[in-house]
Amino acid sequence: MTPALRIISPGLSTTIQDVGRSGFQRLGVPVSGALDPVALHAANALAGNPGNTGALEVLYVGPTFAVDADDTRLSFAGADAAIAILADPDARGGEIISTMRSVRVRRGQVIRVGSLKNGATLYIAVEGGFSVEPALGSVSTDSRCRMGGWQGRPLVEGDAIALRHATATDRDEYRIDGLDLATPCRFRAVLGPQSDNFSEEEIKRFFAGEYTVSAGSDRMGMRLAGQTIRHRCGFNIVSDAIATGSIQVPGSGQPIVLLADHQTTGGYPKIATVISADLPALGRLPIGSRVSFAPVTVEQAVAARRELSATVSGIAGKMVRLAAPTAAAAVAARLLECNLISGVQDAAANA
Amino acid sequence: MLDYRVLPAGDTALVIEFGDRIDRELSTLVLSLSQALDAERIEGIVETVPTFRSLMVHYEPLVLSASSLIARIDARMQKLGAGEIVGQVWHLPVCYDPRFAIDLDDVAKRTSLSTQQVVERHSGPIYHVYMLGFLPGQAYMGEVAAELALDRLETPRTKIPAGSLAIASRMSCVFPLETPCGWHVIGRCPVPLWDPVRSAALLAPADQVRFVPVSMREYETLATRASQGVLRIEPVSEFVGAVA
Repeated sequence: MTPALRIISPGLSTTIQDVGRSGFQRLGVPVSGALDPVALHAANALAGNPGNTGALEVLYVGPTFAVDADDTRLSFAGADAAIAILADPDARGGEIISTMRSVRVRRGQVIRVGSLKNGATLYIAVEGGFSVEPALGSVSTDSRCRMGGWQGRPLVEGDAIALRHATATDRDEYRIDGLDLATPCRFRAVLGPQSDNFSEEEIKRFFAGEYTVSAGSDRMGMRLAGQTIRHRCGFNIVSDAIATGSIQVPGSGQPIVLLADHQTTGGYPKIATVISADLPALGRLPIGSRVSFAPVTVEQAVAARRELSATVSGIAGKMVRLAAPTAAAAVAARLLECNLISGVQDAAANA
Repeated sequence: MLDYRVLPAGDTALVIEFGDRIDRELSTLVLSLSQALDAERIEGIVETVPTFRSLMVHYEPLVLSASSLIARIDARMQKLGAGEIVGQVWHLPVCYDPRFAIDLDDVAKRTSLSTQQVVERHSGPIYHVYMLGFLPGQAYMGEVAAELALDRLETPRTKIPAGSLAIASRMSCVFPLETPCGWHVIGRCPVPLWDPVRSAALLAPADQVRFVPVSMREYETLATRASQGVLRIEPVSEFVGAVA
């Protein structure tokens, strides 16, 4: 039988994402890819994969899935969650682990991710990666264009996502310490490309304003509610191409930041563009967050990109080996659940 | 001297803007710069995306700085001259039968033409592919005859089938996937413009297209072959020159 993860409940919107497909925007094919590529890299590092390997991207509420493989190694990086590892679908309790670590799981076990905290995105990588055919060089799911990932759509109950490896490598588990995956409230942006369509005062108002990430935001765009921005001369422009992070201002005057699944071209003026180094943090921002924007130069943006690149390269150096549970500790853990705490502690201390 | 502006779109893309209109002369400049930069294979350029009036150049700033990219573009502009582009010429079958052409009657009414005249006016010209966008493989083709130029529908449809041929203002599109749409649907093309299995687009920017009317029967034959994956369509010739 093909080793797989079998989806019992898909969560809110769970898709396979890697770093996306570039090179085909001239044919109308969006880039897609992980909203938070830093967390994607971290998940892959923990699973022992190359950083750009496709992983499950979870939004807000995670999936519950069963392990249909002898054993496999999973890793979780991104927002916080209390992940339950159950003996079977009907089991209660079970082991609860946090994110930012790897874990070895075996056939029949059920993993319940639950709701995310302190962020909108979580990445679940599997050692060796998923066995899905890339489309145009990427396994990223683009739901609108129905391409890539698992049948070009978010996962649903009953999907069995095939794994490349039937078993996990015999090695220790790791966690990552001190990687900043915070959700900041100020994002740096370069003016343009259509800042000419706005007066000096409107541009000032935009950068002085505070916005709320509103419902209706998705992988295509983050809709903002707040200060209305007026155009100098109408909101329709002849379509031109779109860069990820560009902040377009439609007729309503409420800005939209274009994210991974954005269309390749569009017809609204873009007042500014969030710098590439701040896109991963933007991507992990949940609905309801407060945000504002700070103008920077392209040179400052490139310096920030260099820093982010160093951060990503440094992820491997932040991995810390998790203490392997000793036989006594394993017994202790089991008995802990039965409130037999004191006697076991003594036994362990005397061992 | 060519008139253009270079605008930043963040730190990983530049817009080279030639104007703010839909115009074949502007399109020739955009596409010839796009083809020239692609041919140069400059290290650090990720991809170029031509649109009606501008070219977006996506680049990796840690490999190629904005200033050296702009210098390369300026140098290329000196050599651009009148601009020459290379594309392929396609003849695309279209069935204008009212069963597919749900807006044909309405378009005829709005333009005070007969439905036959609408079909003739639409299938008459050779269209220029300005750009692809909105959906994978979706080509924006112009110009639709002035007498067929209509504003978009007041209320867009929530869904039109894949392959729908539609018009709005001076543009014509075949929509490669089922999609919401505010354009006037006047036919259907049995040739897939986007192959989801091979992830390939049939048309590319700078191509030229003629729509060839086919009967419902011919449509069905072609559509069946397309669904079996055995419909092969080849360009009829290559096109080199400025966009006339």
